Amino acid sequence: MTALFSKKNLLWVLFAIGVFILIQVLIQMRIITPHYRFMMYWISIYIILGVSLNIIIGITGQLSLGHAGFMSIGAYSAAIMLREDPSLSGLFAGMAIGFVITLVVSFVVAMPTLKLKGDYLAIATLGVGEIIRIIILNMKITEGARGISNIPHLISWPLMFVFVVLAIIVASNFKNSATGRACIAIREDEIAAESLGVNPVKYKVIAFMLGAVMASVAGALYATTYYVVKPETFGINTSINILIIVVFGGMGSLSGSIVAAIFIGITNTLLQPYGELRAIIYAAILVLVMIFRPKGLFGDREVTIFTIKDDLIRGIQRLTRRKEKPA
Amino acid sequence: MSLLRIEKISKSFGGLMAVSNVSFNVEKGSLIGLIGPNGAGKTTLFNVLTGVYAPSNGKVWLHKDVDILLSDKKPHQIAQIGVARTFQNIRLFKELTVLDNIKIAMNQQVEYGLIGSLSHLGVFHEAEHTIHQKALQILAMVSLDKLAQEKAKNLPYGKQRQLEIARALATGSKLLFLDEPAAGMNPQETQELTSFIASIRKKMDLTIVLIEHDMSLVMKICEKIFVLDYGKLIASGTPTQIKNDPRVIEAYLGEEE
Repeated sequence: MTALFSKKNLLWVLFAIGVFILIQVLIQMRIITPHYRFMMYWISIYIILGVSLNIIIGITGQLSLGHAGFMSIGAYSAAIMLREDPSLSGLFAGMAIGFVITLVVSFVVAMPTLKLKGDYLAIATLGVGEIIRIIILNMKITEGARGISNIPHLISWPLMFVFVVLAIIVASNFKNSATGRACIAIREDEIAAESLGVNPVKYKVIAFMLGAVMASVAGALYATTYYVVKPETFGINTSINILIIVVFGGMGSLSGSIVAAIFIGITNTLLQPYGELRAIIYAAILVLVMIFRPKGLFGDREVTIFTIKDDLIRGIQRLTRRKEKPA
Repeated sequence: MSLLRIEKISKSFGGLMAVSNVSFNVEKGSLIGLIGPNGAGKTTLFNVLTGVYAPSNGKVWLHKDVDILLSDKKPHQIAQIGVARTFQNIRLFKELTVLDNIKIAMNQQVEYGLIGSLSHLGVFHEAEHTIHQKALQILAMVSLDKLAQEKAKNLPYGKQRQLEIARALATGSKLLFLDEPAAGMNPQETQELTSFIASIRKKMDLTIVLIEHDMSLVMKICEKIFVLDYGKLIASGTPTQIKNDPRVIEAYLGEEE
């Protein structure tokens, strides 16, 4: 039990409480207006999505393009349950149902597709995402293309915060455990991993299912945040948006995904007044980052409250050294 | 009772018989050399023995309290049973630390499951601490403990080979297949490797089968040598017998005469 209350963990708890109180105060002082609150929720949901996809792509090295499909399962489960019971208990029931459905679906999907590699896996998962979307589009209970609207808005900053922290803890625990090590080994060299007793199928399936259920929880939060769920919301575009966060932050770096979600969320909001130009500026920023940081912001490293001082010093050193170089 | 029994193993790729009808036994505690010219089927035989390929014909048995049929198992199952290998072209997890390379090999000894992995509760920290200490012990044995936090790709070539062997040992296996452990080494590194293999074998009571082209190594440490040519076993015996075997000289060493 001593390890649970280690100095490191206590500092993390303090840090999390600090972030929570800071934002809570900002909301109360109306510095974060309802408009910015939606940005904050967007960021929170995409942190969960980014971190969960990072488990599959960054840590285990399996390129999946169907993440929005699992998100939609959670979103629709929550929306349907909230139609019956428009309260927090309805939300949690919907979340739980979405969780179970996603477990089953992702298992069924993972068994055959994870035998594929690279591009083939990407295309297969892309297909899976589309299949889920089309099934939802054609079901009665999901109200087809119209989608479900008037979903009660039950989200609040404390509730969102709890789920974001949970997602980060689960993902980071996973990464720093024997299971995570096995997944990283598969990413690095599947043949070598196998020769050491790591069952590649087992760990790929575990990582895929874990990522999928986390996405489904994010989907439930999405439903209760945005009032409306429609099949078109969960198409390939959303999957790509999540992928961008993972690549932008650095594959395998959970902290990278978190920073990327925050950065992209803020950029999108700030660019909103520019209308059509927004897409161009957004794309230009992405291209620039990928030119200067081809492996994403953090590569596969983790930048935490413990390393940030050294990371900043090193970053500044690198910048100044670049300037000193004769042209 | 032999530790490993290879019974009439054949492996063909289309029309090509890479390994044909090879049988031999490996006694517990022995150090066996597998030699032969390039393309003789040595690595293919290794791949069959470690489950990378299923044999077209024949069976492989491991004797461990009871006889276990290896030839229908997958590579990870064979590793779990206690047979480990290294690769001709080093296959370390290059971007990971030396320590993590070892820890991955020790995954079967981890006492917590998926729930422990996700929650870090229960025996997690205790178990991680044990794994950490054990991994450091294994590294100390190959004098790599000072480089534990270094990325594997930053090690010198000879050290990388040693790390790969240490990683195979970390699985807890007592039967080791080494595929050209001295490939690409200079004579001094080969010398070091030779004494390294001899010492870990004694220390850990291992049975080792190795493929090697470097005859100084093979003749020095192997007690028994099997010679493959065109997929067939053409000779077996002690190093002296093999040196003087006319078939071996013809097939393999003949060019030097």
